[in-house]
Amino acid sequence: MFGKNRVTFAKFGSVILVSFVLVAGLAIPLSPSPQSWLEFPVIPGLEDKARNLFFHVPMSWTAVLAFFISAVYGIRYLRSRDIDFDLISVSAAGLGLLFSLLATVTGALWARFNWGAFWNWDPRQTSIFVLLLIYGAYFGLRSAIENEEKRGRLSAVYTILAGFTVPFFVFVLPRMMAGLHPGALGDDTGKGPLFETKMIAPNMRVLFYTSLVAFTLLFLWLLNMRVRAARLEYQQSLHRS
Amino acid sequence: MKTLQSSYAVLLKDAQSELRTRYAVNALLMFVVTAAVIVQLAIRSEAPSPSVLSGLFWVVVFFAAMSGLSRTFVSEEERNTAMTLQLVASPTAVYFGKLFFNIVLTLILNAAITFLFTVVFPGFEVRQFETFVLTVVLGSLGLASASTILAAIVAKAGSKGTLYPVLAFPILIPLLMTAMKATTRALEGEPFGAASAEFQVLISYIMVITAGSYLLFDYVWKE
Repeated sequence: MFGKNRVTFAKFGSVILVSFVLVAGLAIPLSPSPQSWLEFPVIPGLEDKARNLFFHVPMSWTAVLAFFISAVYGIRYLRSRDIDFDLISVSAAGLGLLFSLLATVTGALWARFNWGAFWNWDPRQTSIFVLLLIYGAYFGLRSAIENEEKRGRLSAVYTILAGFTVPFFVFVLPRMMAGLHPGALGDDTGKGPLFETKMIAPNMRVLFYTSLVAFTLLFLWLLNMRVRAARLEYQQSLHRS
Repeated sequence: MKTLQSSYAVLLKDAQSELRTRYAVNALLMFVVTAAVIVQLAIRSEAPSPSVLSGLFWVVVFFAAMSGLSRTFVSEEERNTAMTLQLVASPTAVYFGKLFFNIVLTLILNAAITFLFTVVFPGFEVRQFETFVLTVVLGSLGLASASTILAAIVAKAGSKGTLYPVLAFPILIPLLMTAMKATTRALEGEPFGAASAEFQVLISYIMVITAGSYLLFDYVWKE
């Protein structure tokens, strides 16, 4: 799928950056009046819980990215009927499921300590739940069809169709409805979920965007590994039959 | 123009074969009656709020649609007529024919559910008529357009009955959430303009799903 150099880049880049984000995100001390770049401001009501920003948000972002990639390779499969694109599409969907689960778990844990319950049916919790359902339905559909060509074709149509509705509940509905996430209706602290607020200090923002890059690279590396494994499995299944 | 004519022919064909057996309409109406009575038995003496009632309304609509709307494509596969239809009509004509058929079916369905809810639940009183009608019509259009393409997928996947609601639910959630909210507004008697944001979401949802289905239908339909 990618050139060898790019894979090496994604591999080392993600290992280094994710480790960096883990250490920096957890270890940089909080201070009521930050003096240097190595201190985060204390956000009233959030304190140490604000650190979840560096992990939870990039995970949800990666889940949506995975979904997008799955839909794009679904389109490419329909256009060319090249089984390789189907393998990439399904690998991306599998990783999307993994990252949605991670985002759900980190979010639910955080919600338990900040909002009082693991699950509140906030619009964004609903939307990640729907993402999980879509991936579940996608794999359910795939397991229902024996024929490879038909399986690739129908599941590609489904992932593209679902891709059309994803923007509604990731970008539209959470902003229209009242909710607990930043950027919900009636929340004047920020314009969107990647909040452009004064609450977030410049150094937090830098670490946050580093984390976005880190998790994206991690996703690409994992995707590459899964695609290679899927290709081998496919070759094997050809030999067997 | 020719596509429009042949999709009208497909619609007529489906309507005729439906009128011969009345399977889908009867099954749908019986389902709706059963569901409404079960809900009524469950909440017997309670006085549910408008938001609960609009939720129940769309729950019944969703499951009724799931039990009836896949018929158009499943019956083609069951009677082995899909191949013939492929030969005589273009995929676009088939898609729009089936879509119109499902729209008609959903509108009948929603009218029946509205009637039943008004009779069975004293609290189900539409205070803002225009909002309610527009929501139900837009909701039916969106429901029919998403269900039609998914019915085609399910029919080609071997008509696995349980698969249909599983596939449809995530795709229909934006529609259902918005329709529920708009229905609540109608039941609470808020002015017509209050639901304009919901109408915008519903209209854009219908356009996106119909356009997407139109583009993707070829790949589902042609073996």
